[in-house]
Amino acid sequence: MSEIPLVPENHVPLPNVSSSNGLLAWVASVDHKQIGIMYLLTTLLFFLVGGIEALLMRIQLAQPRFSFLSPEAYNQIFSMHGTTMIFLVVMPMLIGFSTYIVPLHIGARDMAFPRLNAFSFWVLLFGGLLLYFSFLAPGGAPAVGWFAYAPLNERPFSSNLGVDYWALGLLCTGTGSIAAGINIIVTVLTLRAPGMTMRRLPVFTWMSFINAFLIIFAIPILNAALAALLIDRQLGGVFFKPSESGSALLWQHLFWGFGHPEVYIMVLPAFGAISEVISVFSRKPVFGYAFLVGSGFGIALLSFAVWAHHMFAVGLGDPLNLVFGGASMLIALPTGIKVFNWIGTAWGGSIRFSTAMLFALTFIIEFTIGGISGVAFAVFPIDWQLTDSYFVVAHMHYVLFGGTMFAVFAAIFYWFPKMSGRRLSERLGKWHFWLTVIGFNTTFFIQHILGIIGMPRRVYTYPDLPGWGWMNLVSSIGAGILGLGVLVFCWNVVYSFKRGQPAGDNPWDAWTLEWATTSPPPPHNFAQVPPVRGRRPLWDLHHPDNTDAQNPKVSED
Amino acid sequence: MLKTLLKEKHTLGMVLFIGSEAVFFLMLVLAYVYLRAFEPASFTAASALKPLQTGIFSLFLFASSGTVWLAHRSLSQKRHTALCLWLAATIGLGAIFLIGQGLEWRDLLRQNIDVSQHLFGTTFFTLTGFHGLHVIIGLLLLLITLVLALLGDFKSGHSTAMETISLYWHFVDVVWVVIFCVMYLWTLL
Ligand SMILES: [Cu+2]
Repeated sequence: MSEIPLVPENHVPLPNVSSSNGLLAWVASVDHKQIGIMYLLTTLLFFLVGGIEALLMRIQLAQPRFSFLSPEAYNQIFSMHGTTMIFLVVMPMLIGFSTYIVPLHIGARDMAFPRLNAFSFWVLLFGGLLLYFSFLAPGGAPAVGWFAYAPLNERPFSSNLGVDYWALGLLCTGTGSIAAGINIIVTVLTLRAPGMTMRRLPVFTWMSFINAFLIIFAIPILNAALAALLIDRQLGGVFFKPSESGSALLWQHLFWGFGHPEVYIMVLPAFGAISEVISVFSRKPVFGYAFLVGSGFGIALLSFAVWAHHMFAVGLGDPLNLVFGGASMLIALPTGIKVFNWIGTAWGGSIRFSTAMLFALTFIIEFTIGGISGVAFAVFPIDWQLTDSYFVVAHMHYVLFGGTMFAVFAAIFYWFPKMSGRRLSERLGKWHFWLTVIGFNTTFFIQHILGIIGMPRRVYTYPDLPGWGWMNLVSSIGAGILGLGVLVFCWNVVYSFKRGQPAGDNPWDAWTLEWATTSPPPPHNFAQVPPVRGRRPLWDLHHPDNTDAQNPKVSED
Repeated sequence: MLKTLLKEKHTLGMVLFIGSEAVFFLMLVLAYVYLRAFEPASFTAASALKPLQTGIFSLFLFASSGTVWLAHRSLSQKRHTALCLWLAATIGLGAIFLIGQGLEWRDLLRQNIDVSQHLFGTTFFTLTGFHGLHVIIGLLLLLITLVLALLGDFKSGHSTAMETISLYWHFVDVVWVVIFCVMYLWTLL
């Protein structure tokens, strides 16, 4: 009467977590939990590197006409900061969570393609190293921004190899992401435990699933652009060379055709994690499950139809601008629905203010600020005024740091006990939380104002105009506080991994299947998958007299 | 059909991979159409293409889609010799197409049209190059399948490898239909 799903046995036995082979057991692993953890550790490392780059920039910008960094060094560092945070941190970090959690959420033993899973991770790491290798190449790292606009990205303007490393590195990480996307979709569709219907999938797994579709359809757009760029640079092609009737605008169309869906690739699984955390720490099922999932679909579809809002200043003409402005405003609808879902989930619940929950609730606030400043850009005259200013920098960091990174911290505090068997320290967690909130808002809120009064982004220094000096100093001090918060966090991870309070199987009294197994789970994940008769299998298991199916308030909508 | 697809992980994985690859080619084709629409003057060299000659070579590729289907059918009917023969035929037809591509590339290069010459050269060699690369990969996969079949594999009447490879091969074929239309037939207009 075992409820273990029928996963075909691998011909080669899966490496064992507790194998005495040490490092080799990790390097050769095809176990989704080990690969997921390697994803998280790698991306955490790149997060520190990208963070150091950010701090170097904030030191340079702390006072007008400062000469801490040369213009060349600054350009390289800000390009690497953006590229690192987007391609080597946020995106693969979320993929790492999906890799670890999705098979557990659906009661499976592993991903559908364990070897492909390992390939996804290693090619990501290889791409990251390739990108950073550019620092050693003559001429140094790419200095063209994470968007590498044409024709700056072409040979005549960027003659050293930095851009080539950039393009090759991103082709590698992109290939890994596509492989991971295919793997996640096939896993969700084919390996669900008996009873785990699509309508019962945890919201995090739903978001990972939708995200995987975004990945497999958006990344090839970037890959095509990168291939064309490499052909231009290495074989003398003329795709993006206006001097030879190529089109610099084509690069922008391709890049943002990928770039806008990418924004949602970097946030959908974060939405999912937030939904889990808020629900568990409010002791209530997710409010409006169908709307949460449906709006995820809405966002995914719309995200492919709004790319030109990154190009309002290009001069596409008012008819096109109106279409893309209108479509971009539409995206606020499904996103707004989600915000109300989360508020509705927490509303009237018995909230436990753990660090995970604090980060999750603050996520709602910071992300909403970033969302509002984002919708402002859809009104293209506002965009014309604010584009390429620090307002954009503020906006995107509210979405990506205040949004996704806060959600990532919530997710780490929530799932660390499952991964390691120990809880993170709540005391250090509170320090980490408050330093992050104060540091983050000090750094970035004032950049809205800097942008409005006209400070351009992507510049290595600025003149001593009224207000610019002290506001930048405030922003830099904020960055320092933020850095301190990250240090506390790292210490917490290291300390708690060794000395943390043992977690037990289900420290948060949560309801999804990953909490049914031991912490950390055995190599085969589940000795026995509990019966799945609703969206909260563990609730049903522990409350046989009051299951979700019997409760009209939480019945499946 | 959809139900079985949602259960068979290898086929499903290949379908998703093809979807992703389709977007990649779609972008290259759109880039070509975009550039050609805005800069027709840079595409005068397109008159050097030989739609008839390439059209005939294309027929070999289209025919190979049929033979790979026959190979797959022979597999499910457990006709082992037929499977090997149809696989070999597929490889032969694909190789002939590739030779045709090679001849055309040689002709163009002799007229000093290469990847760095104008938008036409860049887009032509990019599109046909990436397609040719996919044909080569497909041929390698088919060759491996053929060797395995000759060594006595695939006698059970079912093989996910055969299924996924033939899906991939049909895809390579369809991509060529699109490229042939926008590249060669547009020139005739
Ligand atoms: Cu956008």
